[in-house]
Amino acid sequence: MNQLGPVQEVGEILSVGPVGAYVEFRVFAPGVAAGFAPGHFVAVAVGGDESALVLRRAFALYGVTPSNGTVRFVVAENGAGTRWLCRQPAGTPLDLVGPLGNPFLLPLTPRPVVLVGGGYGTAPLIPLAERLTDLGCRVVMVIGAATADRLFGELAARRLVSEVIVTTDDGSAGLPGWVTDVLPATIARIGARAIYACGPMGMLHAVGDVARLHGLPAQVAVEEAMACGIGVCMTCVLPVRGADGRSRFVRSCVEGPVFAADRIRWADVGRLPEDLVGADAMKGH
Amino acid sequence: MVDMRTAVASVTLPNPVLTASGCAAAGRELDQFFDVSALGAVVTKSIMVGPRSGRPTPRMAETPSGMLNSIGLQGPGIDAFVAQDLAWLAERGARVVVSIAGGHTDEYVALTERLAAHPAVAMIEVNISCPNVESRGQVFACDPAASARVISAVRRTAAGGIPILAKLSPDVTDITAIARACADAGADGLSLINTLLGMVIDTDTMAPALGGITGGLSGPAIRPVALRCVWQVHRALPHLPIVGMGGIRSGLDALQFILAGASAVSVGTAVFGDPAAPMRVLAELERALADREFAALRDAIGYGQLTPEERAARTPVAV
Repeated sequence: MNQLGPVQEVGEILSVGPVGAYVEFRVFAPGVAAGFAPGHFVAVAVGGDESALVLRRAFALYGVTPSNGTVRFVVAENGAGTRWLCRQPAGTPLDLVGPLGNPFLLPLTPRPVVLVGGGYGTAPLIPLAERLTDLGCRVVMVIGAATADRLFGELAARRLVSEVIVTTDDGSAGLPGWVTDVLPATIARIGARAIYACGPMGMLHAVGDVARLHGLPAQVAVEEAMACGIGVCMTCVLPVRGADGRSRFVRSCVEGPVFAADRIRWADVGRLPEDLVGADAMKGH
Repeated sequence: MVDMRTAVASVTLPNPVLTASGCAAAGRELDQFFDVSALGAVVTKSIMVGPRSGRPTPRMAETPSGMLNSIGLQGPGIDAFVAQDLAWLAERGARVVVSIAGGHTDEYVALTERLAAHPAVAMIEVNISCPNVESRGQVFACDPAASARVISAVRRTAAGGIPILAKLSPDVTDITAIARACADAGADGLSLINTLLGMVIDTDTMAPALGGITGGLSGPAIRPVALRCVWQVHRALPHLPIVGMGGIRSGLDALQFILAGASAVSVGTAVFGDPAAPMRVLAELERALADREFAALRDAIGYGQLTPEERAARTPVAV
């Protein structure tokens, strides 16, 4: 849980610059920084006061330093909102809401773990790796992307953990192939007892499958489209199996973004499974 | 200081700014950003009799100055709503307008039976216009007789006198005809407007962007349509209270609705971009009224419809 709760505050861009195919922001936002735990995200207003873009954009947080009130997040330019954001120079005020969501759960005792990041999904794994290392866990990071320029966080990862394995779909960096190609052998080699992952849905599904085959718990942070980020709009739902064994559409912004991989009904994402609670009420309407 | 109190039917609210159904859940999330008991009222997301999953994703598409949604009235059902959401709102001391939705008249009656005598419920909003229920384009609020049937059944059930508001769709030829049918059937007021039905096609997949194919359009893009509806209905039925909504993002936006004849306003989609929007709109509206030398909000209601002679006869005279 997020003990301090989210705040809305106008922060200021301290620095902004390209990192591979992405743009990295360092922002002064002491209220957001104060309550941070790995897995939290921030929702950023885009387009300025008279913006025709009415919804915030959500980004995973990393590089958070509560003592000086700074946070970092990384943006992939893929639409009008992120295009506006990536054009803002240092000194620009930014309206932020955060920290949002439920963070990763940390183990109570040290254990070997594998962290798997896809694309800029590696970002929230950086502070997680730091916490796990501090707890005395042996941490191996597997980071992948389609191409070398879409890898993120390799240097930061190498500074934090003893072993980083890189994969790219096209072989332009590291090993050619997917993160899940190297995951089973990595799990076996270090005797991993937990998996943590963030990245595209297809990758998270595949990581969840590998974890299940090895009988390991996996926590995954999803990147689902959101309108509000605070739990009021019901846009970002996923079909998730509850503790009572029944499945419901749950909000990935407030009940996630971190889920136990075996609770998400991956094959039913984007569908309405008949056994979902309340699915019967949709018939005839 | 402007007297911001307003009356909606028999209920007096300390100020005219409400949340909008479906844009504030049941208030708890927004309470992290401001005290929801300071609002005129919290309007809760439309509740149905049983739990309802809602539609498959994607449920949202951003559009110019707005968004489309096809949530499909996801909700926990009335029992869980009363036990959890309404109990929390009561404990918090918030004024509550409960929005209800159904597929048939008897569902609205069953919901009203549960809510009409509940001490935490100030008003019931009867959502007869959600584009995400029943066959699309054939919602109750597109037909005067169907609207009247639901409203009169709810009115009979809410015999204790709790005010009921009918929430109407702008997707009709003459909204005043629907408004009149609801008033004749016993509605104490109207919520104007629900979303407009729209769609987006993703040009990469070349298929509809929403899982529900069509969805409800909201946000500043629909504000002129909403304002026109409030203006027309206030002109046709000047004594019927109206809660105006549709793309309100600032105090001046809210002022337009008040001047057109709304007694209160709801801030909806703006909350998604700015969780504190309702309280900001309230502060901006109060300042805007003071700037125009209104001593009380109620003096501004419908002021935009007055002739120069009628304005001259008013005291205090504004602008």
